[in-house]
Amino acid sequence: MSKIKNQKSKVGEVSIDYVARLANLPLTSAEKKTFAKQLGDVLGYFSKLSEVDTAKVEPTGHITGLTNVVRGDQTAPSITQQEALSNAPRTYNVFFEVEAIFEEQS
Amino acid sequence: MIDVTTLTLKEVSTLLSKKQIKAQELNGSFLDRAHKLNKKLNSFIAITDDVAIKQAKKVDELIADNQKLNPLAGIPIAFKDLFSTKGIRTTAGSKVLENYVPVYDATSVTRLKDVSAVIIGKTNLDAWGHGSSGENSDFGPTLNPYDLTRVPGGSSSGSAVAVASGACLAATGTDTGGSIRLPAAFCNLIGLKPTYGRVSRYGIIAMASSLDSIGHLTKTVYDNALVLNVTAGVDEFDSTTSTQKFEDYTKDIEKGVQGLRIGLPKEYFEKLDPKIKDSVISAVKTLAKLGATVIDDSLPHTEYGVSTYYIIQPSEVSSNLARYDSIRFGFGREKFGPEAKRRIILGTYTLSAGYYDAYYLKAMKVRRLIRQDFEKVFKKVDVLILPTSPTLPFNLGEKVDDPLTMYLSDIFTVPINLAGVPSLNVPCGFINNLPIGMQIVGPDFSEKLLYQVGYAYEQETKWYQNKPKL
Repeated sequence: MSKIKNQKSKVGEVSIDYVARLANLPLTSAEKKTFAKQLGDVLGYFSKLSEVDTAKVEPTGHITGLTNVVRGDQTAPSITQQEALSNAPRTYNVFFEVEAIFEEQS
Repeated sequence: MIDVTTLTLKEVSTLLSKKQIKAQELNGSFLDRAHKLNKKLNSFIAITDDVAIKQAKKVDELIADNQKLNPLAGIPIAFKDLFSTKGIRTTAGSKVLENYVPVYDATSVTRLKDVSAVIIGKTNLDAWGHGSSGENSDFGPTLNPYDLTRVPGGSSSGSAVAVASGACLAATGTDTGGSIRLPAAFCNLIGLKPTYGRVSRYGIIAMASSLDSIGHLTKTVYDNALVLNVTAGVDEFDSTTSTQKFEDYTKDIEKGVQGLRIGLPKEYFEKLDPKIKDSVISAVKTLAKLGATVIDDSLPHTEYGVSTYYIIQPSEVSSNLARYDSIRFGFGREKFGPEAKRRIILGTYTLSAGYYDAYYLKAMKVRRLIRQDFEKVFKKVDVLILPTSPTLPFNLGEKVDDPLTMYLSDIFTVPINLAGVPSLNVPCGFINNLPIGMQIVGPDFSEKLLYQVGYAYEQETKWYQNKPKL
């Protein structure tokens, strides 16, 4: 599993910034340093899995064997709009308020 | 007068139904004890006096009216703070949700309320369920009531300590990789991780959705079965719940183990504290004396359990925690604690383009092999007996700076979640006055059998009578 080995050093040295950006997660430089070392150790431990021959094994995402569980298309009582907004830090009329994502043309 | 906080759920239920005690008086005693001990043990994030007293009053009215009630009516129950409780703050043990008040109940909460169980409080936990010791809570660690310098096990740390210290009679938990069984083992309790899909996950803050199992902790096996009778069953709000029927879990609980085949998989008896090994083997001998047959067996992919689990679980964690964006509720992502951040980074990495096949896909393949190990072994034996923890309850602070060592605390519990089968932690003795537990594991939906085996052993040993000195 030489591929994983390369990736290990990459996480250790380079890509924490990239992964943090993917996860939209603000990290301090001290956290980045600590996590890089700790995750390097953990990923190193994972290399054990390369011993297992899985060439002919189908992956499994869950063990229930269930597929396409649906319920009837019927309306039922639900929470009110007011309740849905009750924990929101910012609201505008009866909506969640968010930062603008498009810049205004000047 | 008798101290009700030392009794079992079943005993208290009998007192209530015979009108020998009032629910208000009873819950008052538990609330007092919860408040008094919380300063010492930190097992509750919130103690809900007003809710509990109101509910208890209602139960007294129903009893006075000679209504036929469920054995859980009037019983003080604590909920792990991952369970959404309408109108009661639910934090997940994290500062991100420090101000979050759900507008609906989790299905388990609804079902327990419907039978008039009393909500006494919300218990402390490793934030988001991430941890094996209880130390990852943003609200401070919970202490082990048997030794205040040691961890109670996690992540359902507060739930275990609340029951073990007599602050309530049952507490709910979630078990994604051992989070009910490990604290049950460290605190001398019965802890059930049911079959995946037996109990609804709806309204419980998700950790890793393909692994999360919803269970509970009690002092005795019988008490545990009484709670599952209420929480089990299909739920239209959780499409992974099973439609498989079940009957009263307390029925035939005294059946015994005559003729039962117990498997001992060798991989679980190689790397652990030799004294724990001796205790578990001695428990198996007790069951053999009661008529069970013991068979040496093997689960060959056991050693890959921790790697497989610590790829799949953080991958699902990173996805589930992506929803916390402070737009609809809660605070911003900078408030995540170190362990949540670590798992988000790890899981995002193992799912990211270029690494997905080597980690996540590989782990999903090995997961199938682990599941097949269990399917094969249950053709030869009825149940397996395994140790729950490789070590005794460890010291506070001992593993916090070394995540890999902390993750290896879960070595005997995670394969069961990957396989999806049920497991019951049953206390099997003490070493240096510290509790030890074993797991009774069975095929899918065999909870009733697990209770029968646990009950037979418990009647012989009664470790639950050995209470912490507080």
